[in-house]
Amino acid sequence: MSDGAGGTASSPTARTTYRLRIGDAFRRSESGRTFEVRGADGGFLARAALANGRDARDAVAAARTAFPAWSGSSAYDRGKLLYQVATVLADHRARMADQVRRAVGFDAAAAYAEVDAAVDRWLWYTGWTDKIAQVRGGANPVAGPYVSLSVPEPAGVVAVLAPQDGALLGMVSVLAPAIAGGNTAVLVASERYPLPALGLAEVCAAAELPAGVVNVLTGEVAEVAPWLAAHQDVNAIDLAGAPGALADDLAVAAAGTLKRVIRLADTDWTAEPGLERMFATLETKTIWHPLAL
Amino acid sequence: MRFEYATAPEPRSLVALRDSYGLFIGGSFAGGASVFKTISPATEEVLAEVTHGATEDVDRAVLAARQGYERIWSAMPGRVRARYLFAIARLIQERAGELAVLDTLDGGRPIRRTRDVDVPLAAAHFFYHAGWADKLGYAGFGPTPRPLGVVGQVTSWSSPLLMLAWQIAPALACGNTVILKPSEATPLTALAFAEICRQVDLPPGVVNVVTGDGVTGQLVAGHPGLDKVAFTGSAEVGKEIARACALSGKPLTLKLGGTAVNIVCADADIEAAAGAIVAGVFVDQGHVGCAGSRVLVEAPARDALVAAIRRRMGGLRMGDPLDLNTDVGAVVSRAQLDKISELAASGEAAGARRWSTPCTLPDQGFWFPPTMFTNVSDSDGIGSAELAGPVLTVSAFGTPDEAVERAGGTRYGLAAGIWTERGSLAGWLASRLRAGVIWTNAFNRFDPTAPFGGYREAGFGREGGRHGLEAYLDIAGGIDV
Repeated sequence: MSDGAGGTASSPTARTTYRLRIGDAFRRSESGRTFEVRGADGGFLARAALANGRDARDAVAAARTAFPAWSGSSAYDRGKLLYQVATVLADHRARMADQVRRAVGFDAAAAYAEVDAAVDRWLWYTGWTDKIAQVRGGANPVAGPYVSLSVPEPAGVVAVLAPQDGALLGMVSVLAPAIAGGNTAVLVASERYPLPALGLAEVCAAAELPAGVVNVLTGEVAEVAPWLAAHQDVNAIDLAGAPGALADDLAVAAAGTLKRVIRLADTDWTAEPGLERMFATLETKTIWHPLAL
Repeated sequence: MRFEYATAPEPRSLVALRDSYGLFIGGSFAGGASVFKTISPATEEVLAEVTHGATEDVDRAVLAARQGYERIWSAMPGRVRARYLFAIARLIQERAGELAVLDTLDGGRPIRRTRDVDVPLAAAHFFYHAGWADKLGYAGFGPTPRPLGVVGQVTSWSSPLLMLAWQIAPALACGNTVILKPSEATPLTALAFAEICRQVDLPPGVVNVVTGDGVTGQLVAGHPGLDKVAFTGSAEVGKEIARACALSGKPLTLKLGGTAVNIVCADADIEAAAGAIVAGVFVDQGHVGCAGSRVLVEAPARDALVAAIRRRMGGLRMGDPLDLNTDVGAVVSRAQLDKISELAASGEAAGARRWSTPCTLPDQGFWFPPTMFTNVSDSDGIGSAELAGPVLTVSAFGTPDEAVERAGGTRYGLAAGIWTERGSLAGWLASRLRAGVIWTNAFNRFDPTAPFGGYREAGFGREGGRHGLEAYLDIAGGIDV
């Protein structure tokens, strides 16, 4: 991970500045700004990039560039790549648990439990890549000489606002359903816990998840999210990480381009999630083909 | 050679128009403070006076729907709701001739279309959804999915009876009650439908019909007493409603972008493609759920396709929509005619080549001759706008990749037709096009079992099939599979 987002927060000798993950690069904010990330005990952890609107637009462009290949790859291949991410996440269990522990103030056991639950959640969605089409789609028995099929397809680029109170499990629970369905994502990390999000970005890079499938912005949700909500090329937005008043504004902005908006009541991230989030970022395509001699 | 046709009008006596119609609220018709006239767009003849729903009328309708929902409809076993829906389907079939004539008189679309397509499909939608009413637990939305409650539905003038069926049938099957605001241009079939609801003794308040203009529509769509809004119409109004629903958290179904693209490959059956293209945009004067107003043709086939389209356009008969020989009817309203004329003029100004069929237009009514634009660039208004009229634009593409890219160049993604004899190419195009409905070697097929609806700014939600139920069920409790 030494060439990744900037170093390991656990190592006192490597407190470099964490960078944004945009496309295939870990880079500074275009604005040059950074902010201090502090742990649950108030102690300094690291500095991280403070993203602005320009970074948000770059992240959307990277996600759009990655979309055709990611959505066009076979469900089996997507599943294999997502499995690889889960494997690398499990390999980095100790480091991720340490990040969670410092950020949230958990004891070691709770931090490990959070990482393990995140791996399980990621694997749960990994398994859906090649099953959702049969659950969500089907044959339509039309009254005429046609084969008619309805199949789910990804909506496109999804802006995902990670929940503010979840260091890892909550974030995985909103990110994984979007990309498992074939969408590409711009993840806005929790303001309090940006480092686990960048840790996950490193994991995705190490697992060779194609660049641009997961892009990560850190900074202030209120600054970055309005750009994403109003962006013409963002097809859906998950408002899990937006506080009430901001979520209202974002939902109104998203209506200007008729984005699919995911705004679910407070979720218990430890419970099995169900399919609402996957369904919300899938379109249904109905195809008719004539039958004739 | 040109054949002369003897006129074969469908008898207008099939409908007994009343001088004036009230609002259908709580199971009975009642007048309101003011009225407006609904006219035949083919003759500008006044057909009837229709009540203009005002604030207090909409309030009354929402209250009636709420009472109908709480006291009767939501508590009724699904199998009983099913009986009502089956009965409605049956009555639509019985009164098919009358409904078709009414739709044609009020909206100007040819009787062949309303009689042979719209009305039978409307009945089929009620028949299909009747069967869901007692099987909702098997639809994949949990074992006991709940209705949403009171639904406000604002529909447009394209295929008004069919669109009514698309919206009301699933709403009722799922246990909701409805306030319908039909387009002011075509309110008569909705009022006839209200009579059908009375005829089958549908409990009062389950279906309410409030007629009026866009102001009434906004009153319905924006009413705080609703649990769900469904809107079909312009993108501007649709987005306003989307913003309001974003704040109130109300579920919303939107149908905005109403045009489609046909992609014709060089190896296609050109005659079949030309026939479907002409039928898909002219036969309804473009007034359908998704007019195929754009054609992208692979360069080597361009001249042959344009020639085949022109030949078929030359044979189109324009005139009395009630005449069974008529292919092209009247444009629904003067406002719509003005819009089409304006866009056509802008296309010409931008350098697109225009060709209209040489036919004499009647003196009365709103008519626009079938028109084809060639030499169109995608950036011209006419190449990308939502053209709900008998206007076709044709432009050539070089590679399938280019066709996919240009087809996706608008902000809408409703429907597309693909024409090629190569199965593998058809499959490739179908998987690559970002549109909610794809027909290969066919166009504009509809069925109650087949989900219909668009990607991106074409709207939210699907209508028809198991997918369509989702729009009228409270699935927040979780999706079980």
